[in-house]
Amino acid sequence: MESVVSRSGWWLAALFISTVAMAKAIDWGFAVHMGIFALAALIGLVISLRTTDFHAAARGILRLPDDQTRYDDDLIRFGVIATVFWGMAGFLVGLVIALQLAFPVLNLGLEWTSFGRLRPLHTSAVIFAFGGSALIATSFYVVQRTCRARLAFPGLARFVFWGYQLFIVLAATGYLLGISQGKEYAEPEWYVDLWLTIVWVAYLAVFVGTIVKRTEPHIYVANWFYLSFILTVAMLHVVNNMNVPVSLFGSKSYPLWAGVQGALVQWWYGHNAVGFFLTAGFLAMMYYFVPKQAQRPVYSYRLSILHFWSLIFLYIWAGPHHLHYTALPDWAQTLGMVFSVMLWMPSWGGMINGLMTLNGAWDKVRTDPIIRMMVLALAFYGMSTFEGPMMSVKSVNSLSHYTDWTIGHVHSGALGWNGMITFSCIYFLVPRLWGRERLYSLRMVNWHFWLATLGIVFYASSMWVAGITQGLMWREYGADGYLVNSFVETVAALHPMYLLRAFGGGLFLIGAGVMTFNVWQTIAGRLRDELPLYQPKHDPAADRPLTAVPAE
Amino acid sequence: MANKRIDEATGIETVGHSWDGIEELNNPLPRWWLWTLYATIVFAIGYVIVYPAWPMVNQATEGLWGWSSRGQLAGELKAEEARRAATLAALATTPITELPAKPELMRAAIEGGRAAFRVNCVQCHGSGAAGSTGYPNLRDDDWLWGGNLQEIEATLTNGIRHPGNDATHQSLMPSFGKDGILPAGDITAVADHVLSLSGKAPANARGAELFANNCAACHGPDGKGQRQFGAPNLSDAIWLYGGKRDQVEASIYKARAGVMPAWTGKLDPVTIKMLAAYVHSLGGGEDFAPAPAVAAVAAAAAPAAGAGNGQN
Repeated sequence: MESVVSRSGWWLAALFISTVAMAKAIDWGFAVHMGIFALAALIGLVISLRTTDFHAAARGILRLPDDQTRYDDDLIRFGVIATVFWGMAGFLVGLVIALQLAFPVLNLGLEWTSFGRLRPLHTSAVIFAFGGSALIATSFYVVQRTCRARLAFPGLARFVFWGYQLFIVLAATGYLLGISQGKEYAEPEWYVDLWLTIVWVAYLAVFVGTIVKRTEPHIYVANWFYLSFILTVAMLHVVNNMNVPVSLFGSKSYPLWAGVQGALVQWWYGHNAVGFFLTAGFLAMMYYFVPKQAQRPVYSYRLSILHFWSLIFLYIWAGPHHLHYTALPDWAQTLGMVFSVMLWMPSWGGMINGLMTLNGAWDKVRTDPIIRMMVLALAFYGMSTFEGPMMSVKSVNSLSHYTDWTIGHVHSGALGWNGMITFSCIYFLVPRLWGRERLYSLRMVNWHFWLATLGIVFYASSMWVAGITQGLMWREYGADGYLVNSFVETVAALHPMYLLRAFGGGLFLIGAGVMTFNVWQTIAGRLRDELPLYQPKHDPAADRPLTAVPAE
Repeated sequence: MANKRIDEATGIETVGHSWDGIEELNNPLPRWWLWTLYATIVFAIGYVIVYPAWPMVNQATEGLWGWSSRGQLAGELKAEEARRAATLAALATTPITELPAKPELMRAAIEGGRAAFRVNCVQCHGSGAAGSTGYPNLRDDDWLWGGNLQEIEATLTNGIRHPGNDATHQSLMPSFGKDGILPAGDITAVADHVLSLSGKAPANARGAELFANNCAACHGPDGKGQRQFGAPNLSDAIWLYGGKRDQVEASIYKARAGVMPAWTGKLDPVTIKMLAAYVHSLGGGEDFAPAPAVAAVAAAAAPAAGAGNGQN
């Protein structure tokens, strides 16, 4: 009873503060956001005060099993659903903006649907909503199992998950309303940043708390990676978002860092968002789910130690390679480049450890589409982490920088590595979390694999061609020493590549749609009546002893 | 450690831990991996010695090769400048009237003009120089202020209706409707007459009379325009603000007065000269006309010279 009173007191205070802030807001976007905060507080208040068992209701709708496992898994089930939902949303917006680049009329002449607002909606939806939900869900799943302990602070864990979802809603609505601090991948304004900081510190507490109460003697490598991801993202987020709000009741703020220092801080953040969010966090997923699905030991313990420490030591310095040939001093550019080159092998350590884990089980690439997805994810991880150091070399960068090559590089990593590894984890998790015998359909996983693979190939190769075309056209000088192309001619030359890219993105989206249907049906408890994917040949006619047939 | 065992499939020993059933093999680091890692580290050390790298108290180390991005840019610009110096100097000293006699220099001027056009002119005239409503097409032979090299250069240098430039081209057509000079019905009649000059409408007697009284002073009795006033040729079916009847009516109602900036001061004289050569080369450039050609223009004997001023 006492806890209900104190909890509803907190909700009431949050409701009061956000309502006052909404009333005193000096701009429309801030009022909307405070309204969303107030709504969230109101929902929390109602759930605390009503005697209805909301969890039972959710369990009915989402078919959540009634605590079958010994671990805290309800949040993870919500997390899997959120990952699928945000993935579909993010891929769809990505397709829309790809088509906008090919056909600008699709901007619809409205500020809310213009490319400039939808683009951060796409990037944040896929990185932070899709990827972030997957990381939170899998980290809670993995840390409990590899520590043989239930989550520390289960109430705080719930706050982490739902608080993060609120952050996603605030960020997404903010982009559409035109609220942005103009920093790539760090667009949300100061009050959303503060909210995320609170959520993230709670995340760290839950994760570290669970590790501290573990019953296993050692900490598994996946947890090193998760922990480095959580810690480093906290540091990056706080430093890059040191902003001073114009008013406590307005959305606008200005950064503490100015000029080239601001640019360097931004790309120190931006590059390590790739390094610790999309690389370290997803390597953690790989380190648990690949050995589990392959049922093989991890290839090399020594390699995992060495590549972990070299990766996290080197990654943090590589950011300046985003600022080659800019106002950034030459020495900082040099260091950014050499640290990126040295990062090549540490990155590949994860790929080797993942792929070689299949030693003794390579046949599963043929028979298990989930393993096949994991192998492809690791292959794309290897390609992007070779391409990255290559593009950080200044002479390559002078051609590739500002072109679509960068977009192609990012997507071979994002679609190929982050997307595929997340899909395979979802396929691993859903039957286990909902207590189903198997997925609704393994053949649909195979369809998803091929649709996504083909989509990535179209996407990446068209952007490579587009980027190199663009870079060569920009720098083309005639014999008389004058530029040969005007900018608009380079844009016109890319049109066919933009069409191919949108086609590839469309295939990837369709693949994700197949996954959504498959996950939906699995949760609903259905099994598709289908032949197994592979069965060894059986010839009944030959199935007899070789004895002489008696003459008749 | 406890629980070490030999993995059957690979024959490698495990480390001995197990987390949720996951074990780890005790494989050594792949040699090629380790040696490649060392190689990148050696490369990095070499690179930071020869290039600027380490921040010190006052400035960073400069590197053995003394390279800097600013230095590289300055060097490349200097080399390019030296390579083009002779051509640019020749262009600077050659009056534009003598350019056609030097085909090699003319070609260089056209190339330079093409590049300068892409940076400075495409915003209004389009990347193909074909213009759009309100912005003249530079590929045709219809010139408001003259189409030979010297005239184009003068137009570029001083602009059109550029405030503060005494030599800028000025022309002022009255706003016949807005200023209440002609009632609406009369404007329609004049528009009909103007369109009839290029065969787009039947003759209109009232319009012809109004035209003779109000318009012929600048546009000429037959509407063929006069360059000394910047008055466009109305009989050539080339229209800067559209040739539909309501568009012509709108031009009579509210006179048009387009603006092009004077490029002197923004671009150096050689670039302006090169731009003139490029625009002249687009297809509609006129030859330097001998003095009596003014009469020829009036008589519209030669189409190229007589096409004249369709544009405001």
